[in-house]
Amino acid sequence: MNTSSSAVLRATANGRDDGIPGLPLTAFRRRARPQSIYGVGLWVFIGVATTLFSLFITAYIMRMSSADAVAIAMPRQLWLSTALLVLGSVLLQRASMTAAGPDALAPRRLLLAGGACALAFLVVQWSAWQFLLAQQVTPAGNPGGSFFYLLTAMHGLHVIGGLIGWTLAARAVWGNVGPAGAAWRIALCARYWHFLLLVWLALFASFTWITPEVARIICRTAA
Amino acid sequence: MAYADEAASHHDPQTFITKYVWSQDHKVIAVQYASVAILVGLIGVTLSNIMRLQIGFPGVFAFITPERYYQYVTMHGMIMVIYLLTALFLGGFGNYLIPLMVGARDMVFPYMNMLSFWVYLVSVIVLLASFFVPGGPTGAGWTLYPPQAILPGTPGYDWGIILMLVSLLIFIVATTMGGLNYVTTVLQARCEGMTLMRMPLSVWGIFTATVLALLAFPALFVSGIMMLLDKTLHTSFFMPALVSMGQVTNYRGGSPLLFQHLFWFFGHPEVYIVALPAFGIVSDLISVHARKAIFGYRMMVWAIVVIGGLSFVVWAHHMFVSGMNPWFGFFFATSTLIIAVPTAIKVYNWVLTLWNGDIHLSVPMLFTLAFILTFLSGGLTGLFLGNVSVDIPLSGTYFVVAHFHMVMGVAPLLVVFGAIYHWYPKISGRMLDDRLGKFHFWVTFIGTYLIYFPMHYLGVLGMPRRYYNFDGYQFIPPSALTLNAFITVVALVVGASQLVFVYNLVWSVFRGPKASSNPWRAASLEWFTPETPPKHNNWGPALPVVHRWAYAYSVPGASEDFIAQTAPLSDGGMEPEPYEVKEAIA
Repeated sequence: MNTSSSAVLRATANGRDDGIPGLPLTAFRRRARPQSIYGVGLWVFIGVATTLFSLFITAYIMRMSSADAVAIAMPRQLWLSTALLVLGSVLLQRASMTAAGPDALAPRRLLLAGGACALAFLVVQWSAWQFLLAQQVTPAGNPGGSFFYLLTAMHGLHVIGGLIGWTLAARAVWGNVGPAGAAWRIALCARYWHFLLLVWLALFASFTWITPEVARIICRTAA
Repeated sequence: MAYADEAASHHDPQTFITKYVWSQDHKVIAVQYASVAILVGLIGVTLSNIMRLQIGFPGVFAFITPERYYQYVTMHGMIMVIYLLTALFLGGFGNYLIPLMVGARDMVFPYMNMLSFWVYLVSVIVLLASFFVPGGPTGAGWTLYPPQAILPGTPGYDWGIILMLVSLLIFIVATTMGGLNYVTTVLQARCEGMTLMRMPLSVWGIFTATVLALLAFPALFVSGIMMLLDKTLHTSFFMPALVSMGQVTNYRGGSPLLFQHLFWFFGHPEVYIVALPAFGIVSDLISVHARKAIFGYRMMVWAIVVIGGLSFVVWAHHMFVSGMNPWFGFFFATSTLIIAVPTAIKVYNWVLTLWNGDIHLSVPMLFTLAFILTFLSGGLTGLFLGNVSVDIPLSGTYFVVAHFHMVMGVAPLLVVFGAIYHWYPKISGRMLDDRLGKFHFWVTFIGTYLIYFPMHYLGVLGMPRRYYNFDGYQFIPPSALTLNAFITVVALVVGASQLVFVYNLVWSVFRGPKASSNPWRAASLEWFTPETPPKHNNWGPALPVVHRWAYAYSVPGASEDFIAQTAPLSDGGMEPEPYEVKEAIA
């Protein structure tokens, strides 16, 4: 192995560059690219988080099937927060699609806007909490309310985690990673934003449609 | 080129702190994980010895009150299963072995790997802190079943249970950070030529167990956080309406059964989170110390994967006594028995690997052979308990204690010991003392059989587990109480013998004979680092290139009785291709 190829292997194994232009990308080098490593890492994390929320929703269904469960009316703010999350997802997707292009400014603006949507989402969720608390829907009341606060908090924590990742990506994009480096970082942000949206839609749908009656049908329990 | 050079050394440790404390090197993190796990494990063993003092000599030791007894039972169980075995197999062996065995310089996310250890340490500190809070640690039993876990009458129902749950939640965060690293490293950072079907079975076992952990621990997280809210905010996720100690509680409508489902959806895969790394490591140890290729490598890989998959559909066999639809009982009994098939394949393949092998009875091999016997006997009693009609009368007895201690206590610990004796030369550059190792082995092996075999008899006799004492139980003959005293004496001896092991570990770091780079003449990649112990970045200027599997032993015509994974292609010893296996069978 000559010096230059060993240097490439060393560098790629540390996940720091994209290989040397002109050299063929073997499966080994393709795997070792940072976008592949971080991409797979993110998929694995999404798998874990999906399991977590699936189990929460399963627990929600099982608990809502019991006799004391009451459906709670969803506050209207949730439609606004849903719209914000959809918008953030679209903006980041657009940022990802334009990131490798010649215009360096557009993807940066879209990246900022996507993150701002997530921040706004958290603010609106907080206002939905305040609205429900004003309606005497407390965390320790009926299980519908308990699950609402718990699951929105868990989802919110994942949004905050996403914003931390988004901050790191934005710092890199504003640094000197170049268009290719910016593209994969923005693409990973966009993927996570899509995931956050899907989880939120699943939670919102569960809160809205899995009423105690539906839960009892699923669990085959009597009221 | 300058960028590449910078990349290679971007987290080279410069100071004592960054090299040994706040380290991002997977090998240092592995030793940190293992050291903390072994220390906390010694506490777990001590707690079990104190419990045995009460069972063997009831009333003699006044400090063992009923409350403390249940606290020791609980902490012993949780420490051994979670904070020792899970942490040691994944955080310890996973961290050390994965990058070296797949030919990587480090884990792919070294910083997160470092955080994983420190978060694990925090979880251990929070757990142990519960010994010092008012009311002491929780005595709810390691399954922490509600409603009793958080109600007055259960020891540590206040701060103890809160700290236990917080500690578990922190531990899960640590495991997730570590797990993301292990999985991604295996998938993305294998060196050139290291295909998935060339990876040593140790890596396959740890990899699959990590996937299980990533999918199963969320269930413990969900149940833990919901119980924490039931305790602190008085939600009613698991707590039904009830009167406790004469007081009407504010709880209503919660489902204790929901907790059990969530807990065991984690709890049963947890058995395999511990067992699968053990399976993988044992396969490698047998092959090296019997100088023979592992029998049926592909079958072994698929057996690991299938066991991992099936482990998610058997959880309710832990709940047969909770009452369930008979069809559910039938389903879970059937799936439980089906999991015995891939498990049996593994046992057969281990035995067939030994068949006609050049068996070296080294200390790692002794532990390996002991594992096979122990796992077999512990597994066979699992077939009894997997059947609903047999499980129900035995469930509350010492038969269950004997079963799970044999299959997921003693058996994996034997592998831990074997693996430490095997890889210690690579980790430290020195050999462990052989005589002390053999003493440790024989006392541990014979001792654990003297402890747990009689417990099967006590269980069949109907002796209930979990009881503080057995006064007034007419059906328990005096001979059973004598047997309990005998078990206690042996448990104390086995517990004390572990100190010999710890002494050997510490003494040998400084005084043990220097090890060669490959003292067991093994073929797998970790033995071919440029230095022993391996330096930071593992492989010097160039990553290794792999040409074959890790089991090229006693190859006809080869100059030595093993061929390194990195040896040139012309040396032969390639892994059998699938069509060759088919032809051999035909």
